[in-house]
Amino acid sequence: MLLLIQYTLIFASVLVLVALGGCFSEHSGVINIGLEGIMVMGALGGALMMKYLPAGMAAPVIILAVILASVAVGMIFSLLLGVAAIQFKADQTLVGTALNLLGPAAAVVLVRAINTAESVDNVSSTVAYGQAKKSFIVNMGRFEFNWFMLIALLLLVASYIVLYKTKFGLRLCACGEHPQAADSVGINVYKMRYAGVLISGGLGGLGGLVYITAGVSEWKFENGVAGFGFLALAVMIFGQWKPVNIGLAALLFGLFRALSNVYTGFDALVALKLPSTVYNMLPYIISLVVLVFVSKKSRAPKAEGIPYDKGQR
Amino acid sequence: MNKNSGKKESLWRNNGFQTIAASLLCIIIGLLVGYIVLLIINPGGAGKAILAIIKNFLYYPSAAAAMKYFGTTLVKASALLMCSLSVLFAYKVGLFNIGAAGQYVAGAGACLYFGLYHGMPWYVCLLAAVAMAAVAGGISGALKAYFNVNEVISCIMLNWIGLYCVNMLLSLVKEQSTPYTKSLSSTNKSALLPNLGMEQLFSKNEFVTIGVPLAVVMAIIVWVVLEKTKFGYELKATGMNKQAAKYCGMKEKRNIILTMMIAGGLAGFGAGIFYLTGIEQWMVQQTSVPAMGFNGIAAAFLGGLNPIGTIFSSYFIQHITSGGTYVDKTMYCTQISDLISAFIIYLCGFVLFFKIWLNRILDKREEKRAAGGQEAVKEQEAAKGQKGGRA
Repeated sequence: MLLLIQYTLIFASVLVLVALGGCFSEHSGVINIGLEGIMVMGALGGALMMKYLPAGMAAPVIILAVILASVAVGMIFSLLLGVAAIQFKADQTLVGTALNLLGPAAAVVLVRAINTAESVDNVSSTVAYGQAKKSFIVNMGRFEFNWFMLIALLLLVASYIVLYKTKFGLRLCACGEHPQAADSVGINVYKMRYAGVLISGGLGGLGGLVYITAGVSEWKFENGVAGFGFLALAVMIFGQWKPVNIGLAALLFGLFRALSNVYTGFDALVALKLPSTVYNMLPYIISLVVLVFVSKKSRAPKAEGIPYDKGQR
Repeated sequence: MNKNSGKKESLWRNNGFQTIAASLLCIIIGLLVGYIVLLIINPGGAGKAILAIIKNFLYYPSAAAAMKYFGTTLVKASALLMCSLSVLFAYKVGLFNIGAAGQYVAGAGACLYFGLYHGMPWYVCLLAAVAMAAVAGGISGALKAYFNVNEVISCIMLNWIGLYCVNMLLSLVKEQSTPYTKSLSSTNKSALLPNLGMEQLFSKNEFVTIGVPLAVVMAIIVWVVLEKTKFGYELKATGMNKQAAKYCGMKEKRNIILTMMIAGGLAGFGAGIFYLTGIEQWMVQQTSVPAMGFNGIAAAFLGGLNPIGTIFSSYFIQHITSGGTYVDKTMYCTQISDLISAFIIYLCGFVLFFKIWLNRILDKREEKRAAGGQEAVKEQEAAKGQKGGRA
């Protein structure tokens, strides 16, 4: 049971972070389908940082350095979307999809190049970071507390405040609802949209890092992040683009994702004799069902997906 | 002189020509980026590696071997062509079918199940693949039409659900000792697509079947349906403006579902003509969706969203993907071609901007010429004297 709670919380943290990323981007008016690729790149940044950090550093320093690395890589990668979608008015779905393909491909190429450079026979795309990962975890009896759970919670609260209580957040939302109106009162729509995309890149990158450190101590980048970026988008839609609802939705989805890891620990579930594949499918099926119920009265930002053209009325 | 440049200008103005120019530019920049990445990884063999990718089967010195691998590339390209037609068809109706990958998986599952478990002949297997994939596509379409579920997200979810389901289904026809399905040639020869003697052209490459020409025929059919029929016109109208289509008496919900079913069927057909050649067996422990459907997106956009264009772009994408396997593996990995094709998709996002920019330059040049022409006329007028000039 404790294990289930632990996995639920850590997967929920991933989903919260990435869904908040999507939330910021969409509130500014840019659909970020590329979160999946951004997660992979952020994870890559964090994993490489963990790999190359000298051993024996203080835990807070390690945590900070690794987080900074994944956030920075995520942001830089999201700039690809920003430049194409904001500056060049590209089709956002297309560019986002390109990021999803580009992220894993670039990560595999890079990791393999590093591995092969270390030893010619090593053609795997795996990065191991067992040692550094320990600094994220605090053992409380049998419960493994992960600092990222707290960070996700703090960022959730911060997002709520930023979006609803600050000038910046309200302006950001205005750009996603009616950019022409926002522009007419002197808000720089392009700048706000860049801000939205960059924040989503940072949060997505961080989410990727949390995902690969949840449970395992090495990551094979050929696997990508198994559709988690899209699950996070489903969480965002289920949460109706509102931070608090996103937090609750993430807990629900996290629970179903965690079940596939720990269902063997429950006699009642084992007694059902379902193949493990069913549990693997569960989060995706649940999200489809949930989407059916919430999409009809969707509260999506009105101008999302439409490139802003100053000349248009 | 003036007339000549005028003709050249009209060529640059031509939309089709602009699309081809944009696609070629995407390819060149994409390959260049790939080359730079190779240079960064290891400057020593970068030139050789990028040449290996571009050469693909020409890597083999003997013509017979090259022809054989050319055949293999064609078989894979035909499956890719079907996936890209699937993406293209949906995109023309305003839907982004990222689920081509999942529909392809569904088709693969259905045709292998009917071929291996029930021992059906190839045409039944192929139909099963199309039907199953059409159902998978239809689910996304129905969710979009009736519940307003974003088709991109529902497609991705269905990709994963489909992958796990097919893995479970095909475990029934798995070989005992390996994670692969039994081979069609040893279990049920009647499920293999007929060659009609085409293998002779490709140095006895038995995988070259009627699938290759069928895929090209399908591309032409898709073009005809979209451009020359009332049905295609209705679908495109629905994609442009759902409300307007409804107002005109079109069944917009039916059209959306139908579009996704057709798109799914196309992808399923691709899976059928690929797996029913026996070229590859399905690995039932697969944890990632086959890249075919995603590469289909690249091919569709690189082909300028034109069914005939995608024939060439699919071949190109498959050509460099296959070429990736010939790079020197002590230095580089095969995924470098995935990186190149992913970057090409990214660049395709800029095509619209490229066209606008090109047209703006042409406009400016024309304006300048018009202004220049006027000045020349004025000079002539001045020489002739004002009276004569005005008349």
